[in-house]
Amino acid sequence: MTLALFLQHLANALSLGSLYALIAIGYTMVYGILRLINFAHGDVFMLGAYLAFYAVATFLLPWWAAFLLAILVTALFGVVLERVAYRPLRDSPRISVMISAIGASFLIENVGIVVFGGRPKGVLVPDVMNVKLGLGGVSVMSVSVVIPVLTFVVLAILLWVVHRTKTGMAMRAVSTDLDAARLQAIDVNRIISFTFGAGSLLAAVGGIMWSYKYPQLNPLMGTMPGLKCFIAAVIGGIGSIQGAVLGGFLLGGIELLTVAFLPTLTGYRDAFAFVLLIVVLLVKPSGLLGGRHVEKV
Amino acid sequence: MKPKRTHLYTLAAVAAFAVFLGVADATFDAFALRVLDLCGIYVVLALSLNLVNGFTGLFSLGHAGFMAVGAYTSALLTMTAEQKEMNFFLEPIAPWLAHLSIPFIPALVVAGLVAAGLGFVIAAPALRLRDDYLAIATLGFAEIIRVVLTNAQPITNGALGLKGLPKFAGTWEVWGCAALSVLFMILLTRSAYGRALKAVRDDEIAAGAMGVNVFRTKVVSFTVSSFMAGVGGALLGHLLTTIDPKMFTFMLTFNILLVVVLGGMASITGSVIASIAVTILMEALRFLDGPLDLGVFQLDARPGLRMVVFSALLMAVVIFRQRGLMGSREFSWAMLSRARLPWRRSGPAGTDGGTHGVA
Repeated sequence: MTLALFLQHLANALSLGSLYALIAIGYTMVYGILRLINFAHGDVFMLGAYLAFYAVATFLLPWWAAFLLAILVTALFGVVLERVAYRPLRDSPRISVMISAIGASFLIENVGIVVFGGRPKGVLVPDVMNVKLGLGGVSVMSVSVVIPVLTFVVLAILLWVVHRTKTGMAMRAVSTDLDAARLQAIDVNRIISFTFGAGSLLAAVGGIMWSYKYPQLNPLMGTMPGLKCFIAAVIGGIGSIQGAVLGGFLLGGIELLTVAFLPTLTGYRDAFAFVLLIVVLLVKPSGLLGGRHVEKV
Repeated sequence: MKPKRTHLYTLAAVAAFAVFLGVADATFDAFALRVLDLCGIYVVLALSLNLVNGFTGLFSLGHAGFMAVGAYTSALLTMTAEQKEMNFFLEPIAPWLAHLSIPFIPALVVAGLVAAGLGFVIAAPALRLRDDYLAIATLGFAEIIRVVLTNAQPITNGALGLKGLPKFAGTWEVWGCAALSVLFMILLTRSAYGRALKAVRDDEIAAGAMGVNVFRTKVVSFTVSSFMAGVGGALLGHLLTTIDPKMFTFMLTFNILLVVVLGGMASITGSVIASIAVTILMEALRFLDGPLDLGVFQLDARPGLRMVVFSALLMAVVIFRQRGLMGSREFSWAMLSRARLPWRRSGPAGTDGGTHGVA
């Protein structure tokens, strides 16, 4: 394998990893606060991509306006989803909440099939994203450069919000202890809504970028990335935003590089993530950057 | 009500159902018979999932994987050499498998055993995890099984699947398995072992303190449930006569989960009723996927509407009526007599028998 080819694969791995990271952040934020696997997160990702598609194809908006509109509407959708599907079950056993999450996921997918149609849709990729960039034998589409850059910008903003603002401080308090946070006069419901909104917004960014890189949409497109990104969040240490990013990059890297170096294993590509998950859960259940978590009686 | 009389009632009910099956087997058309058999298979599958999720409190989402293993095992064991040759045209079948062919019932047992073996192997690492981690890990195992089945071309024929399985799963075979599963579950829940399962579900630490070997109890429950899932999968394969890895996605586990939740976690009666109701509804609501005529305006065919109804139903049940149909209660004749005879409300009707239900 030549150096150029290796760099080519690395560039691809970097952009796939960034997409995984964007989605994984949403999982890790929700899990950190509610201890809930938001199974519907992958479908929120799908919804973001579709909204941007329709904004361009039906309402003829310029792509950047469609992008902004889609991420805002998706964020709103995330807030509504939490209200409808998770809030009524806040004090119920965790199994009930998880069943509700699975139900929400299937509901969104099936409504997607009914409303958007089951046939895959081709995405009109904006010209800016479709420029071929060449650098010493490595050639990538501009979208593959935009994705990692965007991911780091978003990550920086998010870390600033979480660590430097009052809302972020409240988020950290709620994730440490929900009841104690409430006693400190933190409006827990508002913080949870904010978390869902922010996570869904990131999923929408990921979904739209995904649709620019792999320009095809179908209502089930969120299922596999959704599961993989949850795994990325677990690998990085669930609850930790940096961990989710690290896990996303690791997963993207391992997936693409294994396929590149061991082409015979290509058929097993979708199984890597799950094998990795099981290994991590057995060896270090708290993940790479996760803190120690003691099960309380 | 005297216990002797309730035994008589039970016997009469079972006999009546057997007669119904006999009549159905002889007079129903192929489609209705298929739905009836599907109901029986769902009874087996729902009980198997309920054993782990409802009775032991382990949230496992890996059922489709065990069903796939059972279905493939029994398909490969029962298909004749010629049938296998016809299926494996892309890549020849592994030589040791080509001429293997055994009767249906032993194949069914082997299918269950292979699934149980796999369940046992998976249980050891997976059951160290709890709640949502366990759910995602079992889901992961099921995905891995599916990916392996897709890629192990010489053994499973890969993505092409297997076609032309012998249609062994008739009414008697399916409902025989369903009856055995129900009987097994009733005996289990009434035994000390069943109580240990529920103790582990309700409070692991307390159960451990009372001398229950928590880990072993969980592993046994998981393994037995895998056995039943394997048998259910094998029956499904021999009913549909064609299997491929795409059949055994998370969607299938979702359908079974729907049945268990609707019926009520930890209720055998609930699982049985919900299996039959959901299977029939799934078929009866097929018109939703076709073009709809709503009087005022017509809708084009929108495939998927049926599943929208079912996902919404699941969410509605979880949010508004978490107990499902039966909660953790079971059917008993005393319950029926209480319901039927309201004028005896002041009498002793409520005190005798009662539900032999779950603590």
